[in-house]
Amino acid sequence: MRFVYAFFIKTYLTVMKMKNWPPTALLGLILLITIVLITAIGPLLIPNDPYMANMAERLSSPSLTYPFGTDHMGRCIFSRIVIGSQATLGITVLVITTVILIGIPIGLVSGYIGGRVDSIVMRLADGLIALPEFILAIAIAGFLGPSLTNLMISVVLVKWISYTRVVRGIVLSEREKEYVLAARVGGCTTWRIITRHLLPQIISPVLVLATLDVGKIILIISSLSYLGLGAQPPAPEWGAMLSDGRPYFQTFPELMIYPGMAIFIVVLSCNLIGEGLRDKLGEKSI
Amino acid sequence: MLQVEKVSKSYRSTSVLTEVTFQMEQGESLGLIGESGSGKSTMAKLIVGLEHLDGGQITLNGLDFQQLRGAELRKARRHVQVVFQDPWASLNPKLPVWKSIIEPLENYPDVVPSFLKGVRNDKRKMAEILLEKVGLDRDFLERYPHQLSGGQRQRVGIARGIGLQPNLLICDEPTSSLDVSIQAQILNLLKELKKEFNMSYLFISHDMASVQYMCDRIAVFKQGVLVDLFLSKDLFSDTRHPYTKMLVQATVER
Repeated sequence: MRFVYAFFIKTYLTVMKMKNWPPTALLGLILLITIVLITAIGPLLIPNDPYMANMAERLSSPSLTYPFGTDHMGRCIFSRIVIGSQATLGITVLVITTVILIGIPIGLVSGYIGGRVDSIVMRLADGLIALPEFILAIAIAGFLGPSLTNLMISVVLVKWISYTRVVRGIVLSEREKEYVLAARVGGCTTWRIITRHLLPQIISPVLVLATLDVGKIILIISSLSYLGLGAQPPAPEWGAMLSDGRPYFQTFPELMIYPGMAIFIVVLSCNLIGEGLRDKLGEKSI
Repeated sequence: MLQVEKVSKSYRSTSVLTEVTFQMEQGESLGLIGESGSGKSTMAKLIVGLEHLDGGQITLNGLDFQQLRGAELRKARRHVQVVFQDPWASLNPKLPVWKSIIEPLENYPDVVPSFLKGVRNDKRKMAEILLEKVGLDRDFLERYPHQLSGGQRQRVGIARGIGLQPNLLICDEPTSSLDVSIQAQILNLLKELKKEFNMSYLFISHDMASVQYMCDRIAVFKQGVLVDLFLSKDLFSDTRHPYTKMLVQATVER
């Protein structure tokens, strides 16, 4: 539990030092906070039931009742985007947490203890990295069958490796430093060296990597949903909405523009924050 | 107390140490001197069991570190501590000074050094006493390494080294990355501590003057071979190895 606390305290402290952040990162932060707030109180905001089809009103233009108009089934696009953010952001947060919880321990053990564990993990990593992660995610998700759970599993399976690599790289360079040798001479157990001396060194690079990755993960999730491998109709999800709007692209581009804009804004804000953090924490290598 | 017998070590095909043999008595200080790459620091790592040797035997108080594994090795290490060369790298940058100092004491809860009797359960008090021993006051407890000067950091490193009151303190070029004025202070501090705790020093350096000032005996390494071993007072004797004479000459000329 201590590491989880450390992670949050680090995040908190970083946010507290924001006043000398670059304005782009602040903009990203404000955007993201707004989106998260909208997601949280979404059910109170929406004017219509996002699932309710009304064929009489299908493909209507924006109006007071339907702020963004309606889709091919006559459902309110605005309501669907607001509710759909829960799926997209929720899955992203779950995926990134799982990836960190898997990637960090494996990287620490692989880097510090080395030997056979390290060889196996790194050969696996080389194998995974040889394939584009997106193609691999499609393959795994397709193999497991279309559902949100399988989508998450496939993204976790392709993503953990980059965290393991970053953590392992840091550990390899840190473990030869004299303070780690001093800790060994001073009688620290392997567990203590890993948790007390090595873990704090990797928190900030992992934080940066994670924020930069949020954007990518949202894109993968939306893309897989677009391909029909993620959220299943009629559940609102941004990628799935894009997919639904495709047949009407030429006549009613709004069906694709609104969910596309939603994805764009979230990805943009995460990348802005990630780059700000990277510069602030001095993690040039990521 | 320390026996080093016919120790050899090589990294891949490069031989770093070849059949090195020497002994040390309790309370004695021995200087290891030689150029960079002559195997001095490897010798130190072998003695504390941070590296494995290829041939020979090292025993400390009758314990062979190379034979020990896991918990036993950890237990044996309390008798030997190290002060490292680079005070910028030897302290964890994310820990306040006092936590670094008492870390060995936390790891060996059953060791009670004479000067820490009565406060053994009070971590901050122990750190304060140790800081005092190395000439730093309690204001330094909460500071982080980046807030200290090189000399202050090395004092912290020494405080950590003496905390367990080890039989043997290995000083791996403790002054080579410090300013000349600070070097003398650190050497004097080490000398006082030695007198106070009756520790043995294995003092590694490439500076002949500081070795001669610190040590009872001097061992000269050349490319992994122990070429000369003598009492400090015999440094200028005619019977010295030609390489030793050359090192002395180089020091004098400088």
